[in-house]
Amino acid sequence: MSYSLFADLAVFVLAVLVGIEVISKVPVTLHTPLMSAGNAIHGIVVVGTVSIAAEAAATGSYLLTFVAAAFAAANVAGGYVVTDRMLAMFRPRKPVEPRPAEGDTHD
Amino acid sequence: MTDFETGRHLAYLAAAALFIIGLHLMNSPRTARRGNLVSGTGMLLALGTSVLALIHDGTARSWGLIALALGAVVGGAAGFIAARRFKMTDMPQLVSLFNAVGGGAAALVAIVDAGQRPAGLDSISAGTGFVLVADIAIGAVTFAGSLVAAGKLQGIVPGRPVVFRGARGVNLLLAVAVLAAALLTITRTGPGWALATAGAAAIVLGVTFVLPIGGADMPVVVSLLNACTGMAVAMAGFLLSNTVLITAGALVGASGTILTVLMAKAMNRSLANIVAGGFGTGDNAVTTGVPGTDDRAVQSVTADDVAMQLAYATSVVVVPGYGLAAARAQSELVDLANTLISRGISVSYAIHPVAGRMPGHMNVLLAEAHVPYDQMLDLETANRAFGHTDVALVVGANDVVNPAARTPGSAVYGMPILDADKAGTVIVIKRSMGHGYADIDNPLFSDPKTRMLFNDAKAALNDIAEATKTLIS
Repeated sequence: MSYSLFADLAVFVLAVLVGIEVISKVPVTLHTPLMSAGNAIHGIVVVGTVSIAAEAAATGSYLLTFVAAAFAAANVAGGYVVTDRMLAMFRPRKPVEPRPAEGDTHD
Repeated sequence: MTDFETGRHLAYLAAAALFIIGLHLMNSPRTARRGNLVSGTGMLLALGTSVLALIHDGTARSWGLIALALGAVVGGAAGFIAARRFKMTDMPQLVSLFNAVGGGAAALVAIVDAGQRPAGLDSISAGTGFVLVADIAIGAVTFAGSLVAAGKLQGIVPGRPVVFRGARGVNLLLAVAVLAAALLTITRTGPGWALATAGAAAIVLGVTFVLPIGGADMPVVVSLLNACTGMAVAMAGFLLSNTVLITAGALVGASGTILTVLMAKAMNRSLANIVAGGFGTGDNAVTTGVPGTDDRAVQSVTADDVAMQLAYATSVVVVPGYGLAAARAQSELVDLANTLISRGISVSYAIHPVAGRMPGHMNVLLAEAHVPYDQMLDLETANRAFGHTDVALVVGANDVVNPAARTPGSAVYGMPILDADKAGTVIVIKRSMGHGYADIDNPLFSDPKTRMLFNDAKAALNDIAEATKTLIS
């Protein structure tokens, strides 16, 4: 195994563990926006389509690059917009008023 | 590493960190929206960096750039419009469609990359072969499977399990074909056609894998496919040696897996049992019974009776089920709740994890109807509250409040339920005595302290709200 592949594997394993830790703390109320946020994040594949646009050198590859870019762009734009739309609806009981000290809003 | 290279890698690292911080901020509804913005900032940073690198390297051909730009504009506009227009009840379909395009894009990245390797596929290492074939296979299964899942949720594809003779055999055969083709790619025995076979078999497998699974199990399938998309994106990251793709893919893989396990647990089913398919009629909102034909003694009441009960209570816990959303009665419910709150009655909502069409779906539907998030109780909190609740108002829910889940031997034994029967009085609004998803009797309905109001949720809530307003004024 090459060193760079090993380094990538280490990043992957650690990211999975961090993901489990961070996501376990998301309250049930937010599970739908969470899945939608995850959806938006896997839109990162758009960076991959930029990379293949640099490699493409034949008609077939150009076509596939177009489709891949369209898919990834739909994923990334739609994912963030709909997550924001959902989260904007989650409001606390009272309209938020300016408080001298924050942090006392926990029930 | 050149200075530019260093900067590029640092930017990707920062983007990966922003994704993690963004997800971390989702641990409270107060900060969740900011979390999404932080994650979006990471996305813009990563995307901007990759475009800068594309320009800086200058090796791209103009047709490649045109394909990229055109695709980005067309896809970005389509995604933006879909995200603005989709109804909140249709969110599972939209998530499924985004899984499809995400997985599809990841597979295409690998296909183009494989096609443009200067030395061909014969010189690739076993590791690269593995990553290539895994990216294509997982991406293709996710793409096809998510499209079928979205079709089932939307009602374009039949929601009932589509089972044909030998379906399991076909699935097994396809899975073996994918694995064999993968092995050939990794051992470089026949990379070109093996890779194509793996992709084609994986697309068919995606379809035949989701078709036999009933519509009511789709939330679990969508969560699972979400995890798969994450894995496909991570594989694309390995292929391109790009840490931000690997990190982001791993995060989504972890989140999809956690949500899948939680959903399966809340449905009291094993993941294997769900994936095996053939379960249920495809829709748990379907009721078939006729009011009053059941021989169990139930106490049927009118909207006026219910209004009386509610108006003289001090605390009310509402148990909303998908029947509420199916009847589009959220605003009537909130109207009733506001009337009660204005009288000083405490009102909250007990939400079961499988109350909607995906994890946490009911919370979004209530938030859309302007229910503040601190009135929404999760399973544990709600069950602590029922003991000192005067009235539990069950609207369009059935199995999630079935006390039979506590009786060993029952079909739903062990399923986590909302203990609505611990409240002083239970009011159930239901169209008929029809069964729910699990298709078994619900002893709660014949409990001496339960009152049944047989009507459509929207009409019933409207009547109760009117009667309550008359009583109070």
